[in-house]
Amino acid sequence: MITFSFIFLAVLAVASALAMVINKNAVNSALFLVLNMIALSGVYLLLKAQFLAIIQVLVYAGAIMVLFLFVVMLLNLENEEQLFSKFRIKYFVAFLLGVGVFSQLIYSIGSLTDTLPVVAEQMTQAGTVEAIGDVLYTKYSLPFHIIAMLLTAAVNGALMVAQHKTKPVTDEND
Amino acid sequence: MISIDWYLALSAILFCIGIVGVLIRKNAIVIFMCVELMLNAVNLSLISFSSHYGNVDGQILVFFALAVAAAEAVVGLAIIIAIFRNNLSVDISRVNLLRW
Repeated sequence: MITFSFIFLAVLAVASALAMVINKNAVNSALFLVLNMIALSGVYLLLKAQFLAIIQVLVYAGAIMVLFLFVVMLLNLENEEQLFSKFRIKYFVAFLLGVGVFSQLIYSIGSLTDTLPVVAEQMTQAGTVEAIGDVLYTKYSLPFHIIAMLLTAAVNGALMVAQHKTKPVTDEND
Repeated sequence: MISIDWYLALSAILFCIGIVGVLIRKNAIVIFMCVELMLNAVNLSLISFSSHYGNVDGQILVFFALAVAAAEAVVGLAIIIAIFRNNLSVDISRVNLLRW
């Protein structure tokens, strides 16, 4: 059962990621990314990380992607019509680079699995909200508060950047 | 029970799709979404190692990475809006003020 769920979710995640990259419309790309994140949260559930699966749906698919969709629809972008319409050397090089990085990663994963120690399944409750909260508020209390400051700073910075009055760049030498 | 290498392979595939997307797309928002995809792939590999060792620290790291990704998305989208105001486009091949 777990194997079938994993295959289904993995195929869904890879297909939606590919569809996101090759789609010409930015809104469709964002919606495919939401599908990809939901599939990934299913994979997190298979890995017994329940808390992060919920957070993935709430924060990524719920908040960040809604922000992306707001910006895409606010800017009213036209489609990228010339994407894939003719062969470019750039696409070939990009594909080659992607395949190179992929083969390197697969090679290192393949040589890594023999060296991993076998761990007994002693902590099946590793990903519950209780277990995460236990560690988060004791051992990782300082990073947690630093993250709070970082989020505040990010919101203030975003307001400063986005609210700036439109002053077109004037070149006095022209 | 699926062994950990399949999860890592899925993570590698998603990461490479993100790399190719960043390299071939010209729309700045789609490039940003591909970066989010790569962040998700790394989160998946962290969680699979955490689940393999039965150690919760990797999931805490994913939690912090998620918070940083949220902050990064907010600032990045604000920068994209600012570029759009000055340039009337989010096509990164037309943002060439600093290009030699």
